[in-house]
Amino acid sequence: MARFRRHYGAGPLHLLGLLASFALVGYAVSKVVQVPEAERIGVWFVGGAIGHDLILWPLYALADRGALRVARRNPDRLPAVPWINYVRVPVVISAVLLAVSFPLVLRLSPGTYNAATGLTPAPYLGRWLLISGILFAAAGVAYALRVGREVRRRKMALGRLVEPDDQLSA
Amino acid sequence: MSAAHKKRRSLFPAEPPGGERGPFSPRRWRSPLRGPWLTSVFGSILLVAIPVEFVTGLVSYAAYNPRLNGNDQTPNHGILGFYLFNWVTSPSWIYRFSQGIHVMLGLALVPIVAAKLWSVLPKLFAWPPLRSVAQLLERVSLLALVGGIVFELATGILNINYDYSFKFSFYDGHFFGAWIFIAGFSVHAALKTPTMVRALRSRRLRSELATSLADTVPEPLDASGLVAVNPAPPTVSRRGALALVGASSLAVVVLTAGATVGGVFRKTALLSPRGRSYGNGPNDFQVNRTAQVAGISPGETGDSWRLELVGSRTVSFSREQLLAMQQVGDHLPIACVEGWSTVQHWSGVPLRTLAGLAGSDHPKQARVESLERGGAFATATLSGDQVAASASLLALKVNGADLSPDHGFPARLVIPAAPGVHNTKWVRRITFDEGTS
Repeated sequence: MARFRRHYGAGPLHLLGLLASFALVGYAVSKVVQVPEAERIGVWFVGGAIGHDLILWPLYALADRGALRVARRNPDRLPAVPWINYVRVPVVISAVLLAVSFPLVLRLSPGTYNAATGLTPAPYLGRWLLISGILFAAAGVAYALRVGREVRRRKMALGRLVEPDDQLSA
Repeated sequence: MSAAHKKRRSLFPAEPPGGERGPFSPRRWRSPLRGPWLTSVFGSILLVAIPVEFVTGLVSYAAYNPRLNGNDQTPNHGILGFYLFNWVTSPSWIYRFSQGIHVMLGLALVPIVAAKLWSVLPKLFAWPPLRSVAQLLERVSLLALVGGIVFELATGILNINYDYSFKFSFYDGHFFGAWIFIAGFSVHAALKTPTMVRALRSRRLRSELATSLADTVPEPLDASGLVAVNPAPPTVSRRGALALVGASSLAVVVLTAGATVGGVFRKTALLSPRGRSYGNGPNDFQVNRTAQVAGISPGETGDSWRLELVGSRTVSFSREQLLAMQQVGDHLPIACVEGWSTVQHWSGVPLRTLAGLAGSDHPKQARVESLERGGAFATATLSGDQVAASASLLALKVNGADLSPDHGFPARLVIPAAPGVHNTKWVRRITFDEGTS
């Protein structure tokens, strides 16, 4: 057992589980290769495995890093309320909504949509933009309220510091 | 030093490519939120949701009655169709419910899957990339897991939005993709569940939800490879990150679920392909495949149209003759594999009455043919149960009005609990088969 662990790197159940999994994958693959356009299915599948981790993720990580860099450029300017999350939230929700409806929003398949429904996908771009606009506006309002609260808090703190002096001079 | 302990020569240089600044350096992965607890929160949601997706997917496949002649959209299934059974006819909302769950939950999982992948990404770039045979095999199985989930979500999203740019059969892709994915998922869940349970116990959800940004610190550094060795100062709290993922899921549900809930909620499905209003008339509800696209000409649906019934004898009826028969009516859903549905009041002649008129009192199955040209569902085979169900109708009217051309005038089937495409429109012939099937 210890020898097995040393050579394999884990227990025997680990190996059995993975072999069972590969057997099922192998069986499904042996069936799917017989269907028309099987190679296209394979390309999309492998594309799925690398598409998110090696293409989509680096893009959104770079975008976030860029925004953070801008956010940190003027840290001393008042009022120092970090705004990064007031941008992240509407951007992320808007992007997720686009991810589940992009063929309609971007009008990628107006013909097949029309054949199925008798309608055109024309309204969807406007709907998505409107929803995104509301999200950004709500984030803006929330940020403004937060800044206002911060400014009031500082004024009051400042006031408490100043008041005793005023009394002395009176 | 004994021979057994002699250090094995590594295949890879100790220094990762790109050095300290490259993605293979652990110092480059700086998010203070990553850690086994956060990953396990997303993992535990998926551990429940993925089996629901898989089972509702298999149910949907069974709902097509693929064992009946011509119904199978993935005839190469082999033993992957082992669970098939005769699809039920009641309750009438069962397919509407299970497929609604399948599609809405699937869409809601998009941000959760993205968050889960983000949380474990440093492991993809761990250096050296291979430490043992066990790790090599586990990495290979991730191809089925990660490729599978992205493939299933992508093909599902494209299909419900009528974008067929993948140019393979959606049924083949989504079905076999699901089996490959579930193979990777099952072994991953089996291997990682103990780690997940341990990680979930390491922190209390309630105290995490009470921890503000100012008090947010990284999870303790461990061997998981998820916690940053060189963490950046936090810019969002853990609860904030969870709230963002949850809010994204909620936004998806709020803006799409009305397509299957229906009624006044359809208006809220602003980003669903089926969140549109057709108007307020009796025929103003969701159309699937217009009469024009199906190649239906007014000439063949006019006075010359006859419904042909083939059993032990062949009879045919005009629409007037069918309307003169005893009519029954019921509220029944049309529920599509794409996850949308619509409940309307249909009336017409019970299917079993028509079988009797053709001299077939107990058919084993029935072959339904449409006037429709082309299309995968111009014909469909119904089971004996579906013919015998008291709610199964050859509908002539909907909400008290004649069917519109887009809804199948002169006559369409409405079969309780069946997938939408088996509610054949523009019916021209039904062949009842008494033989063993």
